[in-house]
Amino acid sequence: MNINPYIIEFLQVAVVIGLAPAFVGWIRMLKCWFQGRTTAGLFQPYRDLRKLFSKEIVLAHNASWIFRFTPYLLFGTAVLAGAIIPILSIDLPLAATADVIVLIALFAIARFFLALAGMDIGTAFGGMGSSREMMIASLAEPAMLMAIFTVSLANKSTSLAEIVQVINSGQMMLRPSLAFAFIAFILITLAETGRIPVDNPATHLELTMIHEAMILEYSGRHLALVEWASMMKLYLFVSLAIAVFTPWGIAVKGSLAGLPAAIGFMIAKLGIAGLIIVLIETGLAKMRIFRVPDFLGVAFLMATLGMLSFFILD
Amino acid sequence: MREMFDALNTAIGKEARFFGPDFEAPVLSCVVPKERFYDVARAMKKIDAMLAAEWATDESRLGKGFGIYACYRLRSQYLIVRTDLSADDPTFPSITKRYVPAYRFERQIESLMGLTPVGHPDTRPWIKFEDWPTDAWPLRKTFDASKRMPRVKGKYAWISFEGEGIYEIPVGPVHAGIIEPGHFRFQAVGEHVMHLETRLGYVHKGIEKKFEELSWIEGARLAGRVSGDTTVAHSLAYCMALESMTGCTPPPRAQWLRALFLERERIANHIGDLGAICNDVAFTFILYQNMRLKEMIVRTNRTLFGHRFMMDRVVPGGVSADIDSKGIKEIEDQLDYVSDEFERLVLVLDDNASLEDRTRDTAIMSKEMAMDLGMAGFVARASGLDLDCRKHHPFPPYDRLNIKVPVLMAGDVHARVWVRVEEIRESFRLIREILKSLPDGPIASPIKLPKRVATGFAAVEGWRGEIIYWLQAGPAGEVNRCMVRDPSSICWLGLEQSVPFGNIVPDFPVCNKSFNQSYSGNDL
Repeated sequence: MNINPYIIEFLQVAVVIGLAPAFVGWIRMLKCWFQGRTTAGLFQPYRDLRKLFSKEIVLAHNASWIFRFTPYLLFGTAVLAGAIIPILSIDLPLAATADVIVLIALFAIARFFLALAGMDIGTAFGGMGSSREMMIASLAEPAMLMAIFTVSLANKSTSLAEIVQVINSGQMMLRPSLAFAFIAFILITLAETGRIPVDNPATHLELTMIHEAMILEYSGRHLALVEWASMMKLYLFVSLAIAVFTPWGIAVKGSLAGLPAAIGFMIAKLGIAGLIIVLIETGLAKMRIFRVPDFLGVAFLMATLGMLSFFILD
Repeated sequence: MREMFDALNTAIGKEARFFGPDFEAPVLSCVVPKERFYDVARAMKKIDAMLAAEWATDESRLGKGFGIYACYRLRSQYLIVRTDLSADDPTFPSITKRYVPAYRFERQIESLMGLTPVGHPDTRPWIKFEDWPTDAWPLRKTFDASKRMPRVKGKYAWISFEGEGIYEIPVGPVHAGIIEPGHFRFQAVGEHVMHLETRLGYVHKGIEKKFEELSWIEGARLAGRVSGDTTVAHSLAYCMALESMTGCTPPPRAQWLRALFLERERIANHIGDLGAICNDVAFTFILYQNMRLKEMIVRTNRTLFGHRFMMDRVVPGGVSADIDSKGIKEIEDQLDYVSDEFERLVLVLDDNASLEDRTRDTAIMSKEMAMDLGMAGFVARASGLDLDCRKHHPFPPYDRLNIKVPVLMAGDVHARVWVRVEEIRESFRLIREILKSLPDGPIASPIKLPKRVATGFAAVEGWRGEIIYWLQAGPAGEVNRCMVRDPSSICWLGLEQSVPFGNIVPDFPVCNKSFNQSYSGNDL
């Protein structure tokens, strides 16, 4: 039985918006267990969001439109990215409009505005966070492009849907180039989504913050949207890695029957991804900020090696 | 003793008038003419004595003007040098040029007592705020603390940098965590800290003034509240100073119990610190495990001694909480469990390369710097200075306990972590030994209070380091002055001075936590 792809598209966006907090909740739960603590439950991020939405906004007098606009932009780009990445199905109408380069540009737009918003109020911490974020971005984005290009080379396309299609249909055997790209992508994901060892999402220490420093001045609804968008970003990066490197189980063109299985596979893979993130985070301290270039340099090197090995071995 | 005596003699000869100790502590005291005060500092510096404290007294009730005191320490010996100032010439020669710690002591003397250090490079107030009237000197007897102080307009002259790419980051006084207030102002280029200026005084409560309104007995309770996490050591130092004034000796059991309390306080705080340091580099596993161990210890304190931090358990003349054989068993059992768990956590701490990468070479305080700044406690011991009052200036029962003091040379955060680890291990051993040889008998003896002018002095090694109390009784035996010197009064300067040497802004929290000084103990 066939189903209108627009319905699947709609369902996928709803899943991204709705499940992103649960994924963060899952990571926090695992982390608590690893540290021998009791957890606040899977649904604590939802409660946090509800709390923030019901609080009033405290806005600095000198806040410009950038500051007020950025939360909506962050949320909007995250939703749009959620519509492009093949998470539940390959057959997404919107996926055809944008390839992987556009996707990275979408994240770059969000980051650009977030960095501007961090500096907008003029506090010391905001500017500090923006400068650090940009340092990391300038290193992470080339590495990410490189990793994605390696995958594209192997699949002869920059369209996500086609990449996933090719890998999923088993036309491609395991290639060393993909293994290198995968390692690079994990490192980039940790940096891009502000996880340990690059940034600490749970810290209260302003001087050490990167992402959190930029959003220190946000409150109420604005903060809720920013937080939600960053939960979605984590969800999307993990989903992107899953889609590109281990898409097995994803629903193919227009089949309704594949959908429940696709959702099941997605949840299982996210569960495992959460475990990997927590294993890394529990075992490592945050690195000194000037070690981050080395860290991302390794990611870039891995991606480059992937590309080289493609030309040499294939 | 001999060395300091000789140095003093060569420097100023017969002009120093020694007077016998009117208390039992081995403290040499002398009066020197005002113009010789600086010469003494120079002579002391020459023999590498450290300045432990400098303070002033208002002695109008004793029929005199003001007194300036400097307390020097050479290994295990203390020397207190006094000089008298007349009421109409409230100035004294600054010794900051010889001794860096005097930098803040003298600013504080000027701010709170209104005596001007001549030759001091920095005349800005310290602890006192810019909106206090210029003639508001709380420690003078003429100052009425019960009245509301009028506020005036004022401005604090921050040190500021100018130039391409200089970035000023003000942090505090209100911080994001549940900690006390203090202001840190960084001048940074990129992430590199060029200069750090600390401003404290936000928790100034007028404690030294308050002592003068209380009786000697009530003072012990106030001393226990100078810095909440060091309540045992502070009340112990106060009580010992008071006891030294009247030659009162607490019964042996009380002395051993005091040591037990002191070591338990040290273990609880050091374990908490280790967790907090790891948390500041986002290694939260150790934080939560250490919090659990610390909580177990303080809960046992509550069940056995009636208070989680053992506040008010050390009283003048002895202690107010005893322990029975069941309690001893409970402590020993818990100690076995806690020390096993602690050793497991130390393995994790030791094995983690990413953690070591953050702590090594961060906030280095060299041995020379630690000497110059007169550091105390674990900060000094992490920088190669073998200083511990329990060993060098032992009070009973430490004279019978044969203490091993860990000394490390690196002076970085890593060294301060490992000095704490070793001290915790040593304290585990000490507690076992104390419990084994706890003598029987009463836990308190009646305290004699001073009836005339007298002074008392005591130095106790709290978990942060050497705490000094100096008490002075007035003509009727009342409290005329109570000088409190928490190690924070000097070690805060150590933090400020060690950070700008090659450290970056995001490393500051862990540098700060590795020092973990008390705001309250400094601001008083």
